[in-house]
Amino acid sequence: MYDVAVIGAGVVGSLIARELCRYRLRVVMLEKADDVAMGTSKANSAIVHAGFDAPVGSNKALFNVRGNQLMEETAAQLEVPFKRNGSLVLAFGPEDEAQLKELLERGIQNGVPGLKILTGGEVRELEPAVSEKVTAALLAPTGGIVCPYELTIAACGNAMDNGAALKTGFEVKKADQSGEGWQLTAASGETVAARFVVNAAGLFSDQVAALFGDDDIHVSPRQGEYMLLDKTQGKTVSRTLFQTPSAMGKGILVTPTVDGNLLLGPTSVDVDSKEDLSTTKDGLDTVAAMAAKSVPSVSLRSVITSFTGLRACSDIHDFILRPSKKSPHVLQLSGIESPGLSAAPALAKEAVRLLGEMGCPLEDNPNFDPHRAHPPKFAALNNEERAALIAKDPRYGRIVCRCETVTEGEIVQAIHRNPPARSLDAVKRRTRTGMGRCQGGFCTPVAVELLARELGIPPEEVTKAGGASRLLTGKTKSTGGKLDGTA
Amino acid sequence: MEQLDLVIIGGGPAGLAAAVSAWDNGVRSMVILDREAKLGGILEQCIHNGFGIHRFGEELTGPEYAARYIAEAEKRGIPYRLNSMVLDLKTDPATGLKQVTAVSSSDGLMEFSAKAVVLAMGCRERSRGALNIPGTRPAGIYTAGAAQKFVNIKGYMPGTRVVILGSGDIGLIMARRMTLEGAKVEAVCELMPYSGGLNRNIVQCLEDFNIPLKLSHTITAIHGRERVTGVTIAQVDDARRPIPGTEQEIACDTVLLSCGLIPENELSLSANIPLDPVTGGAVTDQYRQTAVPGVFACGNVLHVHDLVDFVSEESALAGKSAADYLQGRLPDGGTLDIKGAGGVRYVVPQKLRLPASEDLRLYFRVGAIYDKVTLTLSCGEKALAVKKRPKVVPGEMETFIVKKETLGNLSGSLTLTLSQEGGIA
Repeated sequence: MYDVAVIGAGVVGSLIARELCRYRLRVVMLEKADDVAMGTSKANSAIVHAGFDAPVGSNKALFNVRGNQLMEETAAQLEVPFKRNGSLVLAFGPEDEAQLKELLERGIQNGVPGLKILTGGEVRELEPAVSEKVTAALLAPTGGIVCPYELTIAACGNAMDNGAALKTGFEVKKADQSGEGWQLTAASGETVAARFVVNAAGLFSDQVAALFGDDDIHVSPRQGEYMLLDKTQGKTVSRTLFQTPSAMGKGILVTPTVDGNLLLGPTSVDVDSKEDLSTTKDGLDTVAAMAAKSVPSVSLRSVITSFTGLRACSDIHDFILRPSKKSPHVLQLSGIESPGLSAAPALAKEAVRLLGEMGCPLEDNPNFDPHRAHPPKFAALNNEERAALIAKDPRYGRIVCRCETVTEGEIVQAIHRNPPARSLDAVKRRTRTGMGRCQGGFCTPVAVELLARELGIPPEEVTKAGGASRLLTGKTKSTGGKLDGTA
Repeated sequence: MEQLDLVIIGGGPAGLAAAVSAWDNGVRSMVILDREAKLGGILEQCIHNGFGIHRFGEELTGPEYAARYIAEAEKRGIPYRLNSMVLDLKTDPATGLKQVTAVSSSDGLMEFSAKAVVLAMGCRERSRGALNIPGTRPAGIYTAGAAQKFVNIKGYMPGTRVVILGSGDIGLIMARRMTLEGAKVEAVCELMPYSGGLNRNIVQCLEDFNIPLKLSHTITAIHGRERVTGVTIAQVDDARRPIPGTEQEIACDTVLLSCGLIPENELSLSANIPLDPVTGGAVTDQYRQTAVPGVFACGNVLHVHDLVDFVSEESALAGKSAADYLQGRLPDGGTLDIKGAGGVRYVVPQKLRLPASEDLRLYFRVGAIYDKVTLTLSCGEKALAVKKRPKVVPGEMETFIVKKETLGNLSGSLTLTLSQEGGIA
């Protein structure tokens, strides 16, 4: 019997689980995918918004501004790169400039510090790559960037290091009241019992809410397509560049990432499927054209990958964060669309406070350690540190991913450390193996080999992302297969 | 810090030929650094034959071709370090010395200070992301070279029903290889109206196995959530845009990409060596010396070759040039630019170092198929050499040799122009 079961190990669920570990509670995270951060947390703009965009008095405004403040400490404790690079909303004429004034007013009321409207000339002084057509911009110095899946992995790992359990491949299909708590049954038939349940199931939070009788929560997916450019383009701009917002979102942004790439996107299209992550020619063409509006010099020759994310939009257009109206001991979180990543650290604290109000005993855990050391990142070390690391463990001297300079040592760590990587993509998200300009062309065969060796499974069973996503279909006729650890 | 005369980065066909040639021209203080566990580079996974027809007058497999050069290097006792990845290359402007930082499990962090460096890092394949193919991102999408490594080195099959995008040589070779291993290759789609591969490979790898080559076709979407389930292909117009109404669904579990090779010049960039935007390789003179004195480049890191035979030839030249540089024997009379015009996409070398004391051998590629062409190398108004060719195609690298006697008293720049009677179509 757990004290709290958190359904969904995205950025919100993982941070809630970590927050719960501050108290003497037995916590379990239930995740339907094979890894954490597999929904909206995996594919989004990776932006920590300043908080001027959301309507005054909304949950979005409140938790965005609070989350932005908390992000610094959270990222520092989890050793996740976070950079307050500042953001600019670009105006392309008088209509847009009127919007900037509205955003400025709203931002001040939301409590966003340091906002300022700049002239076109001042903008180009800060960001020389910005289009000549930009007439003004709203500068928000507290805007930032963070890697959303790295934050999720670190939060989940820290929760696990503090005693929380993670069950992947656990898709909650049924919830039955039992005693003072709940019995949750997975699609596989496995069950978990917990006194309190937190629904942080993102895109699927309406379906999970309905299991507890809350059928007034609705989530509709909204697609956003992105393009990621090579690190040679990462210094094109230093701040995050937005365009003035419309009903469908914040326009196409151009932003550096914490890893040094340049990210363009997203489009904004309401769709029916919560599973369809395909990119389209129209979408990518839109991203390219709209990004060029902000930064005409953006070089599409340097695109290394494109991807689609799904936002979890609620029909009330605000974050839902409240106890179930129908079931005891159940906390519902839903509609965590943008600025959900920015708000996540604040949402986690509020969720735990609400659980306390609902009767969950919040007794301090004196053993809680909020710190999670980032595993060694070879590429970021200086030569002395590298030499010392290899002397200690020679596996750090074998470069597997040449584009991102990732070593065997880092991949082995990723497979064994909390939360453990079980697939090629899981290794990629933890180590950046295959994320560089060759996109896994050289390192995939070696990474498959290391996964097979470390997991003790045949290479044919190694998957790209769990389930039926096997990378190999069998042995060749001639050799019968011999992945033996040699390159 | 180890002091050496010459560091060769890469132990594939380019690095090996450069090393042997440098040794034979007097260099003794040298090392080859290679990131793999064995010398030979990509040849080790190219188990088909057809290598060495020009160089050795016989058809060898890739490993056999590599073995001949490895034996030559071993015979001379040329030192090499395996599993050693070069992380950084820097030039000290004050001394002209090159700092090479490398890493391996057995030797840890290695630092070399060298008077000369030969860049021989080879190339990589263009990825799905760089091609921006729309659709899902399931398992089963590989570059042809990654699939080749799985099949030929690891002994595992990356799929059973295959569509190949791009008709580069590796794609053609893999169409045959996958077929021989029992997979069904449904089609090879080529965006251009002609193949980028060698004609002999189209005959021996596709036609002999009844694999359809769909010219002017591309993949417009990849389907499948966990594993590839199929692709949509479509015909493209003259501007390479898909033509609506020509879409066709093909069921498959694997997509292989053979859409071009990109020289791996990240180290060159870190050393501030200027690159040619067309070749993706360094700008060099006829000695294969880059704009940084003492740094030479050869093989696929310089420009992508069709045949390893020409890689060996070019690399032997680079190795000899490195030796000449170390002994102060390279001429130093400034350089002239060499450019391509008309249908000539690029020319290697891009510079002529003066005084030119030997015949000049130019390598070039054209941008389309041309029949009955005239090639003219001119300096200003003056034509230095004129040659006629019955046909030139983008998939085959061409050579153009200029006698040294015509290279005296030049100024300005040289241009290699392709022309046809009645202008270029």
